[in-house]
Amino acid sequence: MGLSVGDAVRTARTSGQKLIRLERKHNGPAYVFMTPWLLGMILLTAGSMLFTIYLAFTNYDLLSQPRWGGLQNFRQLISDPNFWTSIRVTLIYVLVSVPVRLVAALFVATLVNKHVRGMGIYRALIYLPSLVGGSVGASIGWRVLFDQNGPINAVLRIFGIQGPVWLGNPATALIVLVLLSAWQFGSEMVIFLAGLKQIPTYLYEAATIDGATLWQRYRRITLPMLSPIIFFNLLMGTISSFMVFTQVYVITDGGPMNSTLFYVLYLYQQGFQYFHMGYAAAMAVVLLIIVAICTGFLFLTSKFWVSYDV
Amino acid sequence: MTRTWRARWKTFIRHAALIIVSFLMIYPILWMFFASFKPDDQIFSTSSLIPDKWTFQHYIDGLTGRSGTNFGPMFVHSFEIACVVVIGSLFSSTITGFAFGRLEFTARRFLFGFMLATMMLPAQVVLIPQYIIFHKLNLINTFVPLMLPSFLGTTPFFIYLMVQFVRGIPKDLDEAAEIDGCNPFRLFLYVILPLTRPALITISIFSFYWTWNDFFGQAIYLNNPNLFTVPIGLNMFMDNMGNSQWGDLFAMSIVSIIPVVIIFVIFQRYLVEGIATQGLKN
Repeated sequence: MGLSVGDAVRTARTSGQKLIRLERKHNGPAYVFMTPWLLGMILLTAGSMLFTIYLAFTNYDLLSQPRWGGLQNFRQLISDPNFWTSIRVTLIYVLVSVPVRLVAALFVATLVNKHVRGMGIYRALIYLPSLVGGSVGASIGWRVLFDQNGPINAVLRIFGIQGPVWLGNPATALIVLVLLSAWQFGSEMVIFLAGLKQIPTYLYEAATIDGATLWQRYRRITLPMLSPIIFFNLLMGTISSFMVFTQVYVITDGGPMNSTLFYVLYLYQQGFQYFHMGYAAAMAVVLLIIVAICTGFLFLTSKFWVSYDV
Repeated sequence: MTRTWRARWKTFIRHAALIIVSFLMIYPILWMFFASFKPDDQIFSTSSLIPDKWTFQHYIDGLTGRSGTNFGPMFVHSFEIACVVVIGSLFSSTITGFAFGRLEFTARRFLFGFMLATMMLPAQVVLIPQYIIFHKLNLINTFVPLMLPSFLGTTPFFIYLMVQFVRGIPKDLDEAAEIDGCNPFRLFLYVILPLTRPALITISIFSFYWTWNDFFGQAIYLNNPNLFTVPIGLNMFMDNMGNSQWGDLFAMSIVSIIPVVIIFVIFQRYLVEGIATQGLKN
């Protein structure tokens, strides 16, 4: 058996030569390497978070000093109808768009999980929207797509349907934004696809021999095997759906009649249009709590449907 | 005979489904693409996707400022910011990833756990103090607030990616290097860094296109029209333009999407792998 490098070092050490101790802590150099990140963490992440929490209890407009107001901001939030509207709008959006996107992603992932000619091109075309979908350019395209005289209504007209004024109607404006989110299922699809490829094929073969139907195989093998990945996508999709901003700002800017007043949009208006920094900070703290509760809730339910042992 | 028929039929169905899905997915971009080449009076009146008469006027108007908003400098700004952020992200993620992935130091586990936790932290929670800091430093209406954070490793995903990658590099290399008298700095620069190329590419792609597409940060920190970037410019142009300028708007939107599409075409593999590992590692 040849000596490994580690053995050589150990030999060197026992023979009393000048040694290099591999398991030694490199505190000095390590913290040199860590300095930028530590600075960022202290100033921009952890410090900022604590500062947000402090600001939430103050009245601050950026010009004068923050004035301590205790729970004033939170009391004001509770009695602010726009705050409740924004919570309602965002929750509806999360509850509808996340499942829609996951189902679309899972369905299409199954569709593209086979080697047929031209698959690379299909996958690329399907994936592309999730790359550009969050940008202002794509949001503009989406806005025009659902314009009163836009292509969607033009297609509907061919079938003799008078399309609605999508973005001018409180009942349909949110639908447009949900559809925009559904359009961007590409990254979830890619993650599902990677998961599908990891399921051993012998499971399906064995099930087929035992006479399992396509649906049974899907229900009993694919879904349980994918459940950790479904959970991951659900978690990440939920968190990111709470943060949606650009599309809303560009397409509806909260209207019509606050029907798309998303939480982060309202936070932006309070903080960066009216410069109610304390109020916006209070909203950020509430957002953090809501996201934490949702995350915790998802983790709790995961015990019942996510199987890590298969 | 019947078996091959069934197999063929299945393949046909799959292709048909794939073509329909792909077409639906790409249609919004395709529509805007072709509309940007239509004369203004045809954009909303013609029902055909492909223009009868092609015009490049919208692109010329938009990029030279004849449409009232000069997008030329905005593309330069967006590009500048994105490139600096790529450099910053590479800088911070490599050194931090190396320290987390290779060096033993006090509080390493705690800090690493902390970093993972910040991956779930909504950006809005830290945004207000960050804005106040940059405001106090008189850096509003400069590119600094958009560039500086990347040098301080504020995107934990990149560091995580790099840590995973560094951990995958065989330890024998370090040991051999240490015997040759390499200190951690030389080890990083000459042994580890050259091997992280795939991770560097992935991080560059993500940081570029995220920054290119970013709107929130740029809208907050930039309100001087001379400093506007493409996303802010597009949004402002749409709000202020007349009814006859849809073509210009579409043309500039298409140009704003092109860099991301090019990156996608060239680096598709890295992008897809980056996203896939994100899901599987957890």
